[in-house]
Amino acid sequence: MIWTNAVIQGLLLGGLYAIFACGLSLMFGVMRLVNLAHGDLGVLGAYFSIILIEHLGGNPLWTFAAVIPVAAILGYLLQRFLLDHALNGGELSPILVTFGLSIIIENLLQQTFGANDQSLDIGALSYQSWKLATNVYVGRLNVIIFVIAVMVIVGLQLFLSKTRAGRALRATADNRRAAALSGIDPKRTRALATAIALATVAVGGLFLAMRTSFAPTSGSADLLFAFEAVIIGGLGNLWGTLVGGLVLGIAQTVGSQINPADGILIGDLVFLAVLAFRPQGLIASRNVAVR
Amino acid sequence: MTVATLELDDVTVTRGSRGSKIALGVGIAVVVALIFAPAVAGDSATNNLTQFFILLIMAIGWNLAAGYGGMVSIGHQAFIGFASYAVLDLAIHGVLAWYAVPMAIVLAGLISIPVSYLAFRLRGGYFAIGTWVIAQVFQLVIAQQSNLGGGAGASLNDLNNLNPINRDNITYWFALGLTVGALAVTGLLLRSRVGMALVAVRDEEHSAAATGVNVARTKRLVFVLSAAICGGAGALLCISNLEVQPNSAFSVQYSAFMIFMVLVGGIGSFEGPIIGAIIFFALQQSLASYGAWYLVVLGAFAIVITLWLPRGIWGAIDPRHRRSLVPLRHRVHYDE
Repeated sequence: MIWTNAVIQGLLLGGLYAIFACGLSLMFGVMRLVNLAHGDLGVLGAYFSIILIEHLGGNPLWTFAAVIPVAAILGYLLQRFLLDHALNGGELSPILVTFGLSIIIENLLQQTFGANDQSLDIGALSYQSWKLATNVYVGRLNVIIFVIAVMVIVGLQLFLSKTRAGRALRATADNRRAAALSGIDPKRTRALATAIALATVAVGGLFLAMRTSFAPTSGSADLLFAFEAVIIGGLGNLWGTLVGGLVLGIAQTVGSQINPADGILIGDLVFLAVLAFRPQGLIASRNVAVR
Repeated sequence: MTVATLELDDVTVTRGSRGSKIALGVGIAVVVALIFAPAVAGDSATNNLTQFFILLIMAIGWNLAAGYGGMVSIGHQAFIGFASYAVLDLAIHGVLAWYAVPMAIVLAGLISIPVSYLAFRLRGGYFAIGTWVIAQVFQLVIAQQSNLGGGAGASLNDLNNLNPINRDNITYWFALGLTVGALAVTGLLLRSRVGMALVAVRDEEHSAAATGVNVARTKRLVFVLSAAICGGAGALLCISNLEVQPNSAFSVQYSAFMIFMVLVGGIGSFEGPIIGAIIFFALQQSLASYGAWYLVVLGAFAIVITLWLPRGIWGAIDPRHRRSLVPLRHRVHYDE
C-alpha cells in the first residue's frame, strides 16, 4: 500500500512540475530560448504574494488574481526590453543573459527577504485531506493543484490550436521567417509567449509556496525539475511535458520511499536514463507547436 | 584588365609577431618573479595569490569549453567538486595529498568522458541545464558517501603536520604551476590542428563537418580538457582549504564566477580569462562585505557585457585580432 500511496502522491506532485515546465517548453518552442531564470521568476511571484498578504491580509488564494496579470505584463516587458536583444546577440547570448538574470533575482530576494524559508499559509486547506483507502490520503490542496495543472495544459493546448494568437505562436515555432512573411508580428508573438510562460510559472510558484516552504534559491531547483519534465516528456509536446512532470514526480516520491534522502537523486537518474536511452523523450511528437 | 597573379613564393605565412615575442618574454619574466614571490610577499598575500590562481584556472577551463567549443556549461562545478573529493579520498587511502592533486586532475578528465556522452545529447540552453543536473547528481551521490563525511564534509588531515607556512608555499607553487600548465595546454591546443578544427566548429558546425572535421570528437576532446583544468582548480581548493563540503564544493556559484570572469575578459580569447580573473578577484576583495549585493552586481555585469560588449574587455582592446599576445592565428603577408 505504501507504494500505491507513493505513486499517487508523486502523480500529484508531478502536476506542479508540469505547471512549471509548460512555460519553459513554450518559450523554447517559439523562439529557441531556454530561460534559465524561469524558476526564479516563479519564486518571485511567490514573494510578491507574500508582500501582498503582509499589506492587505486575507487568504493567499486571492493573490492569484493579482500575481498572474502582473507576471504576464512583466513577461511582455522582459521579452521586449531584454530577451529580444539577447536573441539578436548570437547563440550563447540568451543563455548568459538569462543566467545573469537568475543570479540577480536570487540575490535580490536574498538581500530583501533573507535566506530563511518562507511559506504561504492558506489555513485549513493545507492539511485537509481525502481518504482514498486505508493509509492512502490525498491532500486537498495537492488534488486542486493537480486538477489546475491539467486544466492549464489543456487550456494552453486549446489556445494554441483554436485561437488566432495560438496559431501565430505555432506558426512562429514552425518557421519564424515564413510566419513573419504571412503577416505575423514576430516581436508581439515572442512577447505573448513569454507573457504566457511567466503567468503559468507564477501559478506554479504560488502553488509551490502553498505546498511547501521556499527560499530565494528555490528557483534553481524548480528550473532543474521543470527542465527534467520537459526532456523526459519529449520536446515539442505539451502532453509530453505533462507526462514528463508526472513521471518525475512519481520517481521522486517513490525514491523518497526507498530512502528519504534519495528522492531528487532518483528523479535525476530517471532523467539521465531517458537522456541515454530515449533522447527524444517518452512521447516523441512531430506535429505540435511547442517543439 | 590586368589580373594580379599571386605566386606561392610571394606569400609568407607567419604566426608570431614582434608583439607576441615580447609578450612571451614578459610572461616568462612574470612567472619567474611569481615563483619567488612567497619569499617577499608574506603568508597572507601568498594565500591571496593562490586563491587568485584557482579562479584563473577555472576561468581558463570554462573558456575552453564555452569560448572555443561553444558549449556553455553550468555544470563545471561537477568537476571542481569531484576533484576536491578525489584528493580527499586518495588522501584517506594513504596517498600523499601532493601526489593526489595530479591524480585528481586525471580522474576529473576521465569522469567527464561518460558525462560528455549524456550532455552532448542536448544543445544550447538545454545543454547548459543538463550539465547543471549532472553536477547535482555528483553532489547528491557524494553527499551520501559516509567515508567522505557525508553531507557535512570532511577535513584533509594529511597535511596538518606540516609547518603552515611551508604548506601554504607549496600550495602556492602548485597553483602557479597548474595555471602555467593550463595556459600552455590551451595555447598549444589552439595552435594545433585541433585548434583550427575547433574554431571552425564553433563558427559553423555544419561547414566544419563538411570539410572533414570530426565535430563530436573535437568537442569531446575540448570538453574533457576543460573538465580536467577545472578539476585542477578543485584539487587546489581541497589542499588550500584543507576541508571539503558537498554544498560548497559543488556550488553553482562557481559557474557564475567562471561565466563572469570569461565574459568580462573576453569569451573565446586567450587573454580574456586572465583579464577577467584579475577584475573579478579585485571586485571580490572589495565588494565581499556587501554580501548578496555583489552577486547582484555580478549578474548585472554579465547581462550588460553580453549585450553591449560581447567580446569583453580584450575584444575592445583588440577588435581586429591584431594584438594577440599569443601567436594563435595565421597571418598571410603578400610580398611585392
